[in-house]
Amino acid sequence: MSPARILATLGMACISLPTFAQSPAPNYFVANCFNCHGTEGRGHSTIPALAGLSKTYIIEQMNAFKAGTRQATLMHQLSKGYTDDEIAIAAAYFAAQKK
Amino acid sequence: MNSQNNTRRQFIKAVGAGISVAALSGSALAANRKSIGRVVVIGGGYGGATAAKYLRMWSEGRIDVTLIERSKEFVSCPMSNEVLAGYRNFDTLRHGYDGLKKNWGVKLVHASVTAIDVEKKRVKTDHSGEFAFDHVIVAPGIDFLFDQITGYNEAAREKILHAWKAGPQTLALRKQLEAMPDGGVYALTIPKAPYRCPPGPYERACLIASYLKTNKPKSKVLVLDANDKVQSKEKLFRGVWEADYKEIIDYQPNWNAVSVDAAQNSVTNELGDTVKAAVLNVVPPHRAGDIAQSAGLINVNQRWCAVDWVTLESTAVKNVHVIGDALMPGPTMPKSGHMANQHGKAAAAAIVEMLSGRPAQPTLMANTCYSMVDENRGMHVASVHRYDAEKKAPQPVAGAGGVSIEPNKLEGIFAHAWANTIWKEMLT
Repeated sequence: MSPARILATLGMACISLPTFAQSPAPNYFVANCFNCHGTEGRGHSTIPALAGLSKTYIIEQMNAFKAGTRQATLMHQLSKGYTDDEIAIAAAYFAAQKK
Repeated sequence: MNSQNNTRRQFIKAVGAGISVAALSGSALAANRKSIGRVVVIGGGYGGATAAKYLRMWSEGRIDVTLIERSKEFVSCPMSNEVLAGYRNFDTLRHGYDGLKKNWGVKLVHASVTAIDVEKKRVKTDHSGEFAFDHVIVAPGIDFLFDQITGYNEAAREKILHAWKAGPQTLALRKQLEAMPDGGVYALTIPKAPYRCPPGPYERACLIASYLKTNKPKSKVLVLDANDKVQSKEKLFRGVWEADYKEIIDYQPNWNAVSVDAAQNSVTNELGDTVKAAVLNVVPPHRAGDIAQSAGLINVNQRWCAVDWVTLESTAVKNVHVIGDALMPGPTMPKSGHMANQHGKAAAAAIVEMLSGRPAQPTLMANTCYSMVDENRGMHVASVHRYDAEKKAPQPVAGAGGVSIEPNKLEGIFAHAWANTIWKEMLT
């Protein structure tokens, strides 16, 4: 098969194929964050994107929201709904996503 | 979509480098994987569209998903109150379904569902045939109980609008407000809870008052609430009314509308008090959408659908999942677009697990509802809901969630960012 034919075939295949992200199973709850921060944390708005941030940074910020040492409009309220383990899981997930 | 382009590049690069196709990641091979099941989603609103996308995403394309939606486009209810005030162009609420089709391989069918045959596991439509399913997700939103308000017949509905589903009525109500003379009364009736979007009526009162304050300062906003108090962000709304709209907004609790007179443009409550208005906006009580009723899914107060909160599966009919405003919600769980999105993800996650041969697990859900109080200032209510195995329902997490300290411009910016993000999140 010629390279052009291969590319044409691949092109067709790719057009008809959806792209699949890293599944968060069984920790589907990380998708709670997508509503405001974008699918897989790749939002493009005044609400910060989370994809590609370091795990440590995300954990520190969530702890700061919980403790009230980082000011927020609502994250100080939502962060308190998640356990330390859940925050670590979500932080690892977003750290692993491409920006 | 960037990730799609990346995958495509990686795929071409990998093949070019001579790596065997079998070694490629699941994403590129999804089409060759065996299907693990078929899901039909009925309704492409905040809940249904989200469920369709995440079923495809989380099954890595192994679940065949058909989304049946009668409208060719999605129109957002959240932010539609801004159109009434003239602060937003209606067209910004309109969004297509192409992203779900192109990016995720969701099969879109624009038709009305006429029946769900649970025995044969088929969904029937008016003009697009039948669709077989292993699971069906019903996300019909709400329909109105017009018969609970005497005189609110089809002819009356031409003049007295609800505008509680974004669409033609949103634009029609805006026109009525524009045509209203300075000094006119705009009256809004609110049905008893639960109803769609708990803060929505109070946001509407604020935004219309804001418009009138600038453009028709002698006019009044009369809020006639069947409930005994403001149903959401009470202190915040009351504060804004007192500070900014004291001369405009008149709030009357325990005012349950029972009849309308279209000729007089008036509404009467159960005590016999009648109010005449230049613009009368009557939001009737509602229940789960029509298809939920005809499919036998309504089993709470003849209005709402009860579900198993692990799978979002109807307690009335097996393999039928219900999400969004049609649900009998968990405690403090609002009927909101944000919440419907979370239901959609929970149902998608459960079905992916079930069709993969694993037991579904309960998942956390969260809500954020923004309200605008004028052109620029917004405020929120937020909550997190964790499944309680004993109560078999999600409960609000104690100590989490809350409301804004005050409405401000920063939260107005976040409110608009929320809308733009969630529209992309559910539809692309």
